[in-house]
Amino acid sequence: MGFQKVMEALSNQKVTPRLASLSGVSLSFHGVKVLTNVSVDILQGELLALIGPNGAGKTSVVNCMSGFYRPGSGQILFEGKDITPLRPYHRFKLGISRTFQNIELYEGLSVLENLMSARHNMMSYGVLAAGLYLGKARKQEIEHREIVEDIIDLLELEAIRKSKVGSLAYGLRKRVDLGRALAGQPKLLLLDEPMAGMNTEEKEDMARFILDVRELWKTTMVIIEHDMGVVMDISERVVMLDFGVKVVEGSPDEVKNNPKVIAAYLGIEKQEESSK
Amino acid sequence: MWRPCGVIDETYEQDLAIVRTFPQWTLTVAALGALALLPAYVSGVTLNTVNHIAITIVALHGVNILTGLTGQITLGQAAFMAIGAYSMEMMVRYWGLSFWIATPIAMLITGVAGVIIGLPSLRIKGFYLAMATLAAQFIVPWIIVNVRPDLTGGTDGLTVSPPSIGGLQLTSQESIFYLCATVAVFSTVFARNIARSRYGRAFIAIRDNDIAAEIMGIAVVRYKLLSFFLCSLYAGLAGCLYAIWMRGISVEHFTLHESIWYLGMLIVGGMGSVVGVILGAIMIRSLTILVTYIGPWIAVFLPPGTGTVLELGLGPIVFGVVVLAFLIYEPHGLARIWERFKAFYRLWPYSY
Ligand SMILES: Nc1ncnc2c1ncn2[C@@H]1O[C@H](COP(=O)(O)OP(=O)(O)OP(=O)(O)O)[C@@H](O)[C@H]1O
Ligand SMILES: [Mg+2]
Repeated sequence: MGFQKVMEALSNQKVTPRLASLSGVSLSFHGVKVLTNVSVDILQGELLALIGPNGAGKTSVVNCMSGFYRPGSGQILFEGKDITPLRPYHRFKLGISRTFQNIELYEGLSVLENLMSARHNMMSYGVLAAGLYLGKARKQEIEHREIVEDIIDLLELEAIRKSKVGSLAYGLRKRVDLGRALAGQPKLLLLDEPMAGMNTEEKEDMARFILDVRELWKTTMVIIEHDMGVVMDISERVVMLDFGVKVVEGSPDEVKNNPKVIAAYLGIEKQEESSK
Repeated sequence: MWRPCGVIDETYEQDLAIVRTFPQWTLTVAALGALALLPAYVSGVTLNTVNHIAITIVALHGVNILTGLTGQITLGQAAFMAIGAYSMEMMVRYWGLSFWIATPIAMLITGVAGVIIGLPSLRIKGFYLAMATLAAQFIVPWIIVNVRPDLTGGTDGLTVSPPSIGGLQLTSQESIFYLCATVAVFSTVFARNIARSRYGRAFIAIRDNDIAAEIMGIAVVRYKLLSFFLCSLYAGLAGCLYAIWMRGISVEHFTLHESIWYLGMLIVGGMGSVVGVILGAIMIRSLTILVTYIGPWIAVFLPPGTGTVLELGLGPIVFGVVVLAFLIYEPHGLARIWERFKAFYRLWPYSY
């Protein structure tokens, strides 16, 4: 019986190389349902776009994946293991990294230090070594500094590497947020509206960085994005949520013509126009 | 950080160095040399103050790690110094250990006590945590006075006999100065290194955004407790130095008043800054001395009766005003002023 299960699992893995998934996840706050029985598979190496109107529950999905929210029912799987009970920092160690919709950086640290902080668990020197700053501590700091500098180069942050994050403009901070997420060398990168509030040029830069990263490290990504143009351009699969329920799933082309998507997004565009 | 123009790091190794340029090295060596020669040109009373400042710096580094870096307010540093001082003296007195062996053990005991007092920080923050550490400030002296007064000397306290090193007894202020200054310098280097290590980054991450820190890989619980541990380790060490400097200990020495002054010094120096710790300790301790000299002088001009009141109240008043002034006008403290001065000095006369 055990053998058969193992074989099944193996063959399953071949058919669907799932990196992570939410299975039947429900979440509510004080009786208000935020997610209802949401199941999403995230496939190895893909760029999955998560779309949906405001308040649909997109950020909540990411929060469940990164462990900030604990679902009322359902499971979060990562590399075949149930990680639902694991604390956020533990999930980060396993390889789940993210950016934040509202940029949650460490304002008192420099850009460089923000990125270095994500490599905390990859360093092993102890407190005594840290206080003396000799041997292992120095060696590891330099090793990891080199990797972080590569990310700084990639994201074109060289000029501000020593600036305190609190003093930076919004667009740059968004980029540092991405840098910190990347510095953790994630297997799964969750991007919560990385382009929100940016102008076209900044958006193009950000899209370029995201594509560069995928090319370089083949990182599996989930991106939450409202700009349908961007979504259609860069994603391979799209999942749409509405009122906490998964309503649409498919390739960008399939999704583009789905009446629910059209309804939701035309609705948003109309709202935006009328609010202008 | 500002640096002279034209000094560019070619390797990350160089970038990591704290003391980089030749003039910086010369200055550092000169400063340490001047410190070593201090007893030669300074009187006993002044040296006494210098020693007090050195001990304060050690204790303040601890507060800075916990409050400045990790953002956990503590009102209990003096209580932890008491734990360090009493456990050291009792080990020396009743177990016959030497000061040099009892001190590291006392530091560890204080560290563990700090972790226990730090446990509430896992659930509560800010003001409420301050209240929890305040509890330590009441419980510790109560235990010292009431539980085994036969061992701790109760309200009378204990006298501390001077330790000796290689046959030399550390009785004079000069000899104590060399011990305190060495420990203060080493403590400073250690604190500076911790601050720029992976631990320092984790502490600041927790201070600036504990939720993001947890999500981005920092085990917040573990590092909060580590911060309490390090803070108390410093407190324990400072307590042991205090004991031999005072040649005696009693609960009167480790009051809430002291703990609050530490926070004030940190504000004046600059929260989270190692340089600020040194500047804050020097400024507030010297100011206190100054006030005790000036107090009677002012009192002469006041109607009889009010004079003594003012004399007694002047210290706290000056302290309060100075702390308030910094909170309002320079919340980043003397450390920021020092940075500005350095930047100005380097660019002078071409400020651009
Ligand atoms: N911590 C919380 N407490 C209470 N309600 C919450 C909480 N987090 C999310 N919600 C609610 O859950 C719903 C979904 O929120 P979520 O942030 O996931 O939406 P979203 O799809 O990311 O929206 P947006 O596009 O505006 O970012 C909203 O109605 C929100 O008010
Ligand atoms: Mg959102």
